[in-house]
Amino acid sequence: MAVRAFPVSTKSGISAAALVVTLILGALCAVISRAEAGTGFIGADWSALRFTVWQAFLSALFSVILAVPLARALARRRFAGRGVLVTLLGAPFILPVIVAVLGLLTIFGRSGWLNGLLAQVGLPSISIYGLHGVVLAHVFFNLPLATRLLLQGWQTVPAERFRLAAQLRLTPWAMFRVIEVPLLRQIVPGVAALIFVICLTSFAVALTLGGGPKATTLELAIYQAFRFDFDLGRAALLSVVQLGVAGGAALVALWVLPVISLGGGQDRPQRRWDARGGVQRGLDGAVIALGTAFLVLPLLAVVLRGLSGAAQMPTAVWAAAGSSLFVAVISVLVLIVLMLPMAGWIASKRAGGVEAIGLLGLSASPLMIGTGWFIVINPVMNPADLALPVTALVNALMALPFCLRIVVPRLRDTVQDFGRLSASLGLRDWPLWRWVILPRLAPQLGFATGLTGALSMGDLGVIALFADTERATLPLQMYRLMGAYRMEAAAGAALLLLVMALGIFWACDAMGRRYAAA
Amino acid sequence: MKALTLAATTLIAASAAAADTPELVVYTYDSFVADWGPGPQIEKAFEETCGCDLEFVGNGDGAALLARLKLEGARTDADLVLGLDTSLIAAAKDTGLFADTEVTADYALPVDWTDTTFAPYDWGYFAFVHNKELAAPANFKALGESDLKIVIQDPRSSTPGLGLLMWVKDVYGDEAPAIWEGLADNVVTVTKGWSEAYGLFLEGEADMVLSYTTSPAYHIIAEEDETKAAAIFDEGHYMQIEVVGRLTGSDQPELAAEFMQFMVSDAAQSILPTTNWMYPAVMPSGGLAKGFEALVKPENARLIDADKVPALREEALAEWLSALSQ
Repeated sequence: MAVRAFPVSTKSGISAAALVVTLILGALCAVISRAEAGTGFIGADWSALRFTVWQAFLSALFSVILAVPLARALARRRFAGRGVLVTLLGAPFILPVIVAVLGLLTIFGRSGWLNGLLAQVGLPSISIYGLHGVVLAHVFFNLPLATRLLLQGWQTVPAERFRLAAQLRLTPWAMFRVIEVPLLRQIVPGVAALIFVICLTSFAVALTLGGGPKATTLELAIYQAFRFDFDLGRAALLSVVQLGVAGGAALVALWVLPVISLGGGQDRPQRRWDARGGVQRGLDGAVIALGTAFLVLPLLAVVLRGLSGAAQMPTAVWAAAGSSLFVAVISVLVLIVLMLPMAGWIASKRAGGVEAIGLLGLSASPLMIGTGWFIVINPVMNPADLALPVTALVNALMALPFCLRIVVPRLRDTVQDFGRLSASLGLRDWPLWRWVILPRLAPQLGFATGLTGALSMGDLGVIALFADTERATLPLQMYRLMGAYRMEAAAGAALLLLVMALGIFWACDAMGRRYAAA
Repeated sequence: MKALTLAATTLIAASAAAADTPELVVYTYDSFVADWGPGPQIEKAFEETCGCDLEFVGNGDGAALLARLKLEGARTDADLVLGLDTSLIAAAKDTGLFADTEVTADYALPVDWTDTTFAPYDWGYFAFVHNKELAAPANFKALGESDLKIVIQDPRSSTPGLGLLMWVKDVYGDEAPAIWEGLADNVVTVTKGWSEAYGLFLEGEADMVLSYTTSPAYHIIAEEDETKAAAIFDEGHYMQIEVVGRLTGSDQPELAAEFMQFMVSDAAQSILPTTNWMYPAVMPSGGLAKGFEALVKPENARLIDADKVPALREEALAEWLSALSQ
């Protein structure tokens, strides 16, 4: 193991991690500092905790189980439109919840397409409301993300390994066991932990599709404590519980990540001799078709509805689109500064537990972080003046765990394959990043920055507290339209948001891939 | 160089002018400040006469407004808060941040307005909205016995949701749990806020949605769509009255009082109905826009006294949770 011999400076990585921890714990302390004795943990909170963990567990489980065959099929095939499909995999994840939910309802709802079909053939209709609906929506959100992350893993396998395996006449099954299973063991726990944490803090999905207060999550309880009861002590307590559950899950998952190196290669394009048979081709085709239908149909519903509403969009929507773009670009820049040193530090360590720090940012309630920083800033200056930097910082914080998950495995391989050589050549600091690390990291960086930009486009969380009268973001403007009965125009704005988010995602992603190919 | 000097002088002159103009900051809910909401028109009308710079700051909804005010406490920049409703008045008064008001007007409210801290600027009745061809039930009991599907909002995160809770509690008191048990199988789902619920209803996910009797007015006036109606319940309808109040810490007390009086004046009241889609607190001289006459008018307006709301809310919320969590 040449891990220790890698001349990446860990100091800046540790400071970036410390900044992340400070941002979250600082907010928590600020909330506690204003708390008065309030309601503690009550019986209803236990059932909320149970429901929260259970639905998050199921969502993570199904997302990952379904993502494995889909990612494998995509990794083994080249076909027309594959690039578009891979980009579309970023789409559900970045839609505002209500847009995605309405899209899903067009398919699975009471008067949706599926029930229309069932009625045609005389079958009873199905209801989407309940735990299964919550899990379905979460899988819709996260299956594409899991697929993309797994696909990244497949792409890091050196082409020479598949070539060698093909020469040894390994059957597809043997190939799966020898090459792909170890690969999955290395990626799946981290991906599952990430999705588990995302679903832990989701509350609008659970509330809308859960069918009633049975589907109360911790995040809703936090929301209520802040907004309706203004019981800051209780809000802080619930936030700590949420952080604890998420942090615990993250640590467990990341701790079991084995550090394996797939060995270096010559960075040749992969070819899969094992997947040439008709059966294999048919299987992959079926998996891709099913996955695409599940993801694309609700998106298609969003697009169709948006097209009919696009003409009714007021001009204010375009101004909001400009603001959103601005926020997204700033967020991406902040993210890069925060992530690269941290990733370098994590990659040079043997155990993966440090990555849990990144996950903290995601498991903290945005409302808690926003309120905490509001309390800190308010005595000094007007929080509205800091709306933009705070939003960019929080967006970067939210995207950090995804980006670490994307970048770290590849960075770790680079460290292992090139660490010694770089050390013996005396490459360190910037030249090392410039000549060794960044070129090999380009596709991952493109994906990570694209995801951050797209996420920031669709984010509504924290900005609401730091209201900035002059600048409404696009999601906020969309909610305002909905709040004023203008559902058609809101659908138009949602479509614009989808196009812009996908646009920024595609631009970064394609840039990274092109750079890697060059 | 000349151009630069000129620009600099203009800038200095402009900032000097700005410094003379007093600024009035009004916290309100988010949909009020949208370009198509009442905010921009109200601002324009008030600035014509006040010689000031009126600034609206939007924050989520009524509950979010109050939470923000509590966070900021006496240090708040706000001179006024516009958009709390009768369910939040007691909690707002508890903060001790609001000043008494002398605003008077000839209110067109179905109830007597006696509060001396806040002034009402618009109001509505909660009601279930449905498509016209549906034979709507006449009360909560009939709704509970029917197979109709409804979408409601969560009282823990939305004002209409809380309104429905209070409505049932006000009508049925100790029998409220039984009513909720009857409704449990009608509730398709509970949403975070009004927009989500209304969106689900328009999507065809439910037969009825909890909204306002004024909702059909929007469809009639803005979309020329006459297919929506509000169901009249014979138990009476719970009201939502939206209010404005000024803060003791304001550095512009006279201006703030002037703004409150303006909000119940003809100028403001004629703007509100077709931008906020609620009834005006004072009937504007021009009457109501065409389309409002088509709306159903409940016989019996219900409202729980503002100071009794907090205690009742706790009890009603617990009943609601246990009935719908079965």
